[in-house]
Amino acid sequence: MSGDSVWVLGANMTRFARYPELDALDLASEACLAAFADGGVDVHDMDILAAGSLFQPLGFGQRLQKQIGQTGIPVFNVSNACATGATAIRVAYMAIKAGEAEMGLAVGVEQMGKMGLLAGANRLERKVYEPSGRHGSVTSVDGILGTETMPGVFAQAGTGYAYENEGVGFEQFAKVAYKNHLHSTLNPLAQYQKEFSLEQIMGSPVQSYPNTTLMCCPTGDGAAAVVLVSEERLRSLPKEAQQRAVKISASVLTSDPWVESGQVQPDVNTLTRNAAAQAYETAGVGPEDLDLVELHDCFATAELIHYDNLGLCERGGAGEFIDSGAPFRDGRIPVNVSGGLISKGHPIGATGVANVYEVATHLRGEAGDRQIEGAKVGLAHVIGLGSACGIHILEKAAA
Amino acid sequence: MPEADSANQVPIVGYLQLGDDPHLRANECTGCGARYFDRRNACAKCGGTGFTETRVGGAAVLKAFSVVHNAAPGIPVPYVSAIVETTDGTSVRSNVVGLDDPMKAELGMQVELTTYVCGTDDDGTECVAFGYAPV
Repeated sequence: MSGDSVWVLGANMTRFARYPELDALDLASEACLAAFADGGVDVHDMDILAAGSLFQPLGFGQRLQKQIGQTGIPVFNVSNACATGATAIRVAYMAIKAGEAEMGLAVGVEQMGKMGLLAGANRLERKVYEPSGRHGSVTSVDGILGTETMPGVFAQAGTGYAYENEGVGFEQFAKVAYKNHLHSTLNPLAQYQKEFSLEQIMGSPVQSYPNTTLMCCPTGDGAAAVVLVSEERLRSLPKEAQQRAVKISASVLTSDPWVESGQVQPDVNTLTRNAAAQAYETAGVGPEDLDLVELHDCFATAELIHYDNLGLCERGGAGEFIDSGAPFRDGRIPVNVSGGLISKGHPIGATGVANVYEVATHLRGEAGDRQIEGAKVGLAHVIGLGSACGIHILEKAAA
Repeated sequence: MPEADSANQVPIVGYLQLGDDPHLRANECTGCGARYFDRRNACAKCGGTGFTETRVGGAAVLKAFSVVHNAAPGIPVPYVSAIVETTDGTSVRSNVVGLDDPMKAELGMQVELTTYVCGTDDDGTECVAFGYAPV
């Protein structure tokens, strides 16, 4: 039935951390070469390269190629906010699905250092007020007409959910961060591997209430890469490679459809719901079939609402879902057993590839101390403001 | 001639109408009624290209908020960033103003549009912003 499906043949991620002595080419090269080795292939097997980064200058993919092997294949430079990595995977996936490539490399990388807040312009008061831009503004409006900072925008997404639904408050959001910090203690690739108590999380400095510092992802550096292969080509590879390969049962990318409030508050819900519906239908699985989920917890408030958007809980039931312990690693649907963006880290371009790496590693049974035993189906979700949502459903299956 | 007190004032954004009766104005799609605060090429909801300018009501409900403690340099913190929905069904983003304690912001609270001077340029022109104050 799945003769034309696309598979993950090799995968790797660097530890997420801060690497002031390296550059993005070093990090991306490390992940790519390790992904080749993991799949038992090399750069000459690649028919396409999709290279994702948000902050690297134009032509990053070509510069990467000049480090890891300059074979003349098509290179796609991908930038799609926090969905950059997932979009790179989707580009390689589509090329293989279309029959234009048999094997492809998708990589995501970012070197952010300590960038701090990623939006919210410094207020450089104009000497003379003159209207400019599509809103005719005479000065930066950040901090005057609401916030443009990420912790604040996602805080509003969370309190907006709390307004519509019962049983959601500061403590429920904080529990998400408690869980992800706890999970990260088992992941040697995580930027931070430290447990914090709920009291420490709720008592840490407020960034944008209800998000405290320990409820926000850090900035950082890192890379992740996957080698994708067509089913036909996979069958020509050694048996061990076939056995370790992981099937991509669904690859979906959506943007945000019009909603009334979208012009003043990015809607991170509708496009995630749409992507999830498409992904479940394509894969022929439902949320109840998932053994693990890696979702986009850029902030604790975001993870909570995505329980609902991805259908992991009943509609409106995200507060009860976290209170019940369901998304903990020993719960009904383990969520972000890697530690999530909150503790594993969020080098933006790498994130969407690293989530797929994480799920694939569990399906292969190679996740070490953090392994979810017997995992057969997993979902990786990312969202970029603006907005873009990428979902991949992976399955342990026989080629 | 403009009135003396408004001659040296400009609105922070083009969709804020100053004067005796300050209010927001939106570009409303003549096809589907969707409202926009920015300059439009077409309607994102229905694709129509006809718009009329319409008044947005000042009364609103607080639908989502965040108390922002960490902001870019020069922005006074903490402040309450909010998404409100006006009684005529338009979402607006701004600050909640007039609270003695920002943690007194409550989801569902009734608020009303208000204006205030938020800065002065080198020519002495005042910038007028809008916010929402509890009723």
